Amino acid sequence: MARPKRIRKMTNPPHFKGFRPIGLPEENNPVVINFEEYEAIRLSDFELNGQVEAAQIMDISRPTYARIYESARRKVAQAFVQGRAIVFEGGKVYFNSEWYSCNSCGCWFNHPAKELDITTCALCGSEDIEQYTDDSQQEIIQDVCICPKCGTEKVHTPGIPCAQETCPNCNSPMIRKGGPHHHRHRNNKCS
Amino acid sequence: MKIAITSTGNSPDSKLDSRFGRCSYFVIYDTENGSTEFIPNQNKENVEGAGPASVQLMASRGVKKVVSGEFGVKVKSIFDSLQIQLVVLNDSEKTINEIIKLLDHNK
Repeated sequence: MARPKRIRKMTNPPHFKGFRPIGLPEENNPVVINFEEYEAIRLSDFELNGQVEAAQIMDISRPTYARIYESARRKVAQAFVQGRAIVFEGGKVYFNSEWYSCNSCGCWFNHPAKELDITTCALCGSEDIEQYTDDSQQEIIQDVCICPKCGTEKVHTPGIPCAQETCPNCNSPMIRKGGPHHHRHRNNKCS
Repeated sequence: MKIAITSTGNSPDSKLDSRFGRCSYFVIYDTENGSTEFIPNQNKENVEGAGPASVQLMASRGVKKVVSGEFGVKVKSIFDSLQIQLVVLNDSEKTINEIIKLLDHNK
């Protein structure tokens, strides 16, 4: 079975559904651009992030980001050259909802103007606020590196191959827990 | 700035209504002149779409912030596209007056 896709994080979903070429009859064969591809174009070409930073923002590895970005550019070019419409649809993403909680009055509030930094509570004006992150979802998709020698586990950092991580206990290179390497290793132990 | 608060009654001593789409009254509070206006919610008995209809009402009044106990799945994205801020208050014992006092303090 193929490895499941890591869920890509989105901060700014598009507020419209797509594009249509001018002066062409309406046709029903649009190019579908995923939300993750839209986000990649936004991060790279609008906010001018480097690929490494952009990948960190979306919480995926740099090579994965490059693949998404490449696919996005090809689709845009396709739509331009062939005069096809573009619709934004689907993709394996979750939206960073930007919820904040206030420790003073206990309320929750969100943040529609994302370009401004939030420093005070929207209700009582207290500065004792914190950003709310949904950890429950992340735990399910969390990847873990494991040490083949002593079995120490460590949370995987996207973009850094497990083999480049060293075990905090015995300093040997680590492998992905549950990956093919790990399975082979366990099987060897038995025989 | 205009702020909407969902209310269970039509007086400032009423408590916060914990639902947005099917609340009894909307209180529109204007932070500039301190005026309050109580609007009965016509969408309360709707079988479906009470949330989005209430969002339309909020948008037509030029509200920029909405205080309620909870918001349904449908309305979050509409509020986002209208750039209206949501405040979720899990305290249904708070009265409209108390919330307005908090908002005044915030200014």
